Amino acid sequence: MAEINLHQLLPYGDTTQDGAVQLSFTLPVEPSAKAREAATQLVRSWGFFDVKIAHMSSIGVGYAFFVVMARTEKSIDYPKVEAPQLDLQKRDYKEIDKKILQEVKRPIRLVGATTGFDAHTVGLDAILNMKGFDGDIGLERYKGFKVVNMGSQVPTEELIDRAVKENADAILLSKVVSQKDIHIHDMRDLIAQLKKRGLENRFVLVVGGPRVTHKLALELGYDAGFTIGSRPSDVANFLYEKMVEKKNGKTKK
Amino acid sequence: MYSKELPLNERKIARCRKIAAEIGNEVASLIHQNSTVGTERGILRMLGLNGALKHQGLQYPVANLIVDQLKENNRLQEGALFWVANALLAENIQMDVLEKGIAGRTINIGKVKPQDTKKTRKFAQELAEKAYRNLKTYREKRKKIMSHQKDPLREKRPLKYVIVATGNIFEDVTQAKSAVHDGADIIAVIRSTAQSLLDYVPHGTTTEGFGGTYATQGNFRVMREALDAMGPEVKRYIRLTNYCSGLCMSEIAALASLEGLDCLLNDAMYGILFRDINPRRTLIDQHFSRLICSVSGIWIMTGEDNYMKTTDAVKAGDQVLASQFINEVSALNAGMKPEQMSIGHAMEMDPAYEKVILMEIARAQMTRQIFPKAPLKYMCATKYKSGDIFTAHALDTVFNLIGSMTNQGVLLLGMPTEAIHTPWMQDRSVALRNINYVLNGSLGLSQEFGFNTEGFIAKFSQKVLDDCLTLLEKIHRDGFFKAIEKRVFADVSRTINGGKGADGVFEIDRDVYLNPFFKLMGSKI
Repeated sequence: MAEINLHQLLPYGDTTQDGAVQLSFTLPVEPSAKAREAATQLVRSWGFFDVKIAHMSSIGVGYAFFVVMARTEKSIDYPKVEAPQLDLQKRDYKEIDKKILQEVKRPIRLVGATTGFDAHTVGLDAILNMKGFDGDIGLERYKGFKVVNMGSQVPTEELIDRAVKENADAILLSKVVSQKDIHIHDMRDLIAQLKKRGLENRFVLVVGGPRVTHKLALELGYDAGFTIGSRPSDVANFLYEKMVEKKNGKTKK
Repeated sequence: MYSKELPLNERKIARCRKIAAEIGNEVASLIHQNSTVGTERGILRMLGLNGALKHQGLQYPVANLIVDQLKENNRLQEGALFWVANALLAENIQMDVLEKGIAGRTINIGKVKPQDTKKTRKFAQELAEKAYRNLKTYREKRKKIMSHQKDPLREKRPLKYVIVATGNIFEDVTQAKSAVHDGADIIAVIRSTAQSLLDYVPHGTTTEGFGGTYATQGNFRVMREALDAMGPEVKRYIRLTNYCSGLCMSEIAALASLEGLDCLLNDAMYGILFRDINPRRTLIDQHFSRLICSVSGIWIMTGEDNYMKTTDAVKAGDQVLASQFINEVSALNAGMKPEQMSIGHAMEMDPAYEKVILMEIARAQMTRQIFPKAPLKYMCATKYKSGDIFTAHALDTVFNLIGSMTNQGVLLLGMPTEAIHTPWMQDRSVALRNINYVLNGSLGLSQEFGFNTEGFIAKFSQKVLDDCLTLLEKIHRDGFFKAIEKRVFADVSRTINGGKGADGVFEIDRDVYLNPFFKLMGSKI
C-alpha cells in the first residue's frame, strides 16, 4: 500500500493518491455524441484527467445529464490548512445549568430571532423552545437562561432594540434561507447596524443555520457559528464558557 | 391471521370524528361572529377587483386600498361587498370603472354617499350571485379541459408531485416543463419565503424571490398556460398547485380559482404554529378560502407533515392524526367533499430506529384506511437528510415504495439534495427516475399482501389511533385555543390574540354585515 502523503493530499477512490472524483452536472443541450465529447473536454479543461463519461441521458427536452468519473493531480498541503472549530467540553444541561448558577451567578439573558425575509423559525425554535431538539432540551427550560424568542422576519433594528431593552448578554441570529446568499447579507446587516450604534462589543453574537459555519461566522464578526446537527446544549455550553471568559476578562477566541 | 387491511377499531375512529366535529364548532362560532380584512379582500377579488396601483414604489392591490378606505371611514361593519354595491349605485358605473376610479384616487369608497340600504343590499346580492356564476362557469370549462385528457387519478395511480422554486416564474416554467417530460403530474410553484407574512398579494409576473416565486395572479397564469400547452404533448392533464396560507388565504383562493389552479396548500394550523399567524385571523380566512376551493373543485392540501420537524415522530403520530381530523371537519364545514381533501402526512421517523420502515408503513396504511376517499398527500423524507445525496436517494426509494404499497393519492417527491438547496433540474429528474421505477415496478402490490393482525405494524397503528383519541379528548376538554396555547401541536405555544394579523379581525353584526357568498357557496357555518 502506498503511503498517504499529507503534504500532497489527494482524493481517494480505490487506490491511495489516485485523485479520483465523481461529478454530476447538466448541460443545456440534447444528449448526443457531440454533447458527450463536449462534457469530456469541459471536465478536462477544469484540470481533470482520465475523464470518463459514465452516464449521459436526457432530462426533459433540450438538457443532458452527465455522471462523470475523473482524476486530479491538484493536491493540498493538509497540515497547513486552517479551519477554526469550536472546541467545547461536552456537558449536559444539568451540568451547564449548575455551572452558570455557580460561576455566572445569574441567568444569561439572550434574545433570538430570524431577520430579513427569513420566515423559517425551525432552527431558532429547535435551540430555544423548551422542547429542544432530538432529546436535547431547549434553552427556555434551563434555569441558567432567560430567553426572548422574537420569531421570524424581525427587522434587524428591532432585534437590536430588544436586546438593548432586555439588557441581553447575547444575540442569537438564525438564518435558514440561503438562496442568493441572503443569509450572508443578513448576517452582515446585524454587524453593520450594531457598529452604527456603537454596540459591536456589547453582546455575544451567535449565528446558526444550515449554510453557516463557525469559520464564516468568525469572518463576519460573530463569536460563534452553529450549523445543522448542533444541539441546544452545544449553544448553551458555548454561551456559558463565553460568559465566564468575559467575566474573567480573558479575550481568548 | 392475515387481513387485507389493518385491524383498526371503527368505533374509535368514529369517536375521533365526533370529538373533532365538536372542536370544529368552537371554530365555527368564531367564524360566525367575525370577519377579517383578508376575507373582505377575498370577496373583492371574487367581484373581479384585481387591479393594482403604484404605491410607494410597489404595486398595491386595489382590494387592499378599498379595505383600507372602509376601515378609515368606519365602514367595515357592513362588509366590503355592500360598499362596492353602494358606490356602483351612487356613481351609476360598472365595476371596471369603479376599479379605475379607486386606483386613480378619484373615488374613495369610504366616502361615497350612502344610498338606500334595502336597494343596495339587493344589488349587492345580485353582484355576489353573478360573481359566483362566473366562477362556476370558468371552473366547468376547466373540468372539461381535464376530462378531455388522460388523468393518472382516473387510473388510480398516485400523482407525482414536484416543486419548482427558482424565484423567477419564467425559469420555473423551464424547470416545470422538464419535470413534466420526466413524469411529474403536479407542479408546485414554491412561494418566496417572505410572502406568507405579507398582508397583500403582490401583483403581476415576478422574476425575483427568495427560496421561491411570489404567488400572484400573473404568475399563476404564466404557469397554467405553460402546463395546459403541454397536456396534449405528454397526453395527460398536469395539475398546478400553490400556497394558500399566510395572511391572504381567501384572496389567493379566489385568484387561484380564476386562473385554473387544481390544488392549494391550505392549512391555518400550519400558519398558526410555524409562521406565528394569529389563530382567529387565519381560521376565519381559511374558511372563506375553503368555500372558494369547494365550489371550484380545488383540492386543499394540508400541512401536517410539518409537525414532525421539531418533534420526535415516533411518539407524536397522534398529533398528526388529531390535526387531520380537525382539518377534515373544517373542510366539511366549508362544504368540501372528501375527494377534495389532500390531507398531508408522513411522520418521518429517525431512520436509525430498528423497524422504522415497519412503523412508516403502519402510519401510511393507517392514514389511508381512516381517510379512504381523500387523495392523501404523502410526504417524502426530509428531516433526516443533511447533504448526503446518496443516502437521501435511498431514503426516497423506500418512501416511494411505501407510498405505492399503501395507495397514497399524491406522492411528494423527495430530492437527493434536500437540505442543500432548492432542487436543481437534475435533482428533480433523478428523483423522478426513482419514482417512475418504483411505481411501475410495484403496480398492484397492495393487492398482493395483507397485514398480520397481531403483528408489529397492526399494534403500532392501533397505538397511534388510541393516543389520538386521548389527545382529541384532551383538546376538547381544554378548548381548542387553550390546547394550542398549551403546546398540544408540535410543541409550539400560540395564544388566541397573539401573532401576526390579529388587528385584521373584526366583530360583525349579522343584521348589518353582508356576505352572501357563505350561503351561495354552501357554508355549513
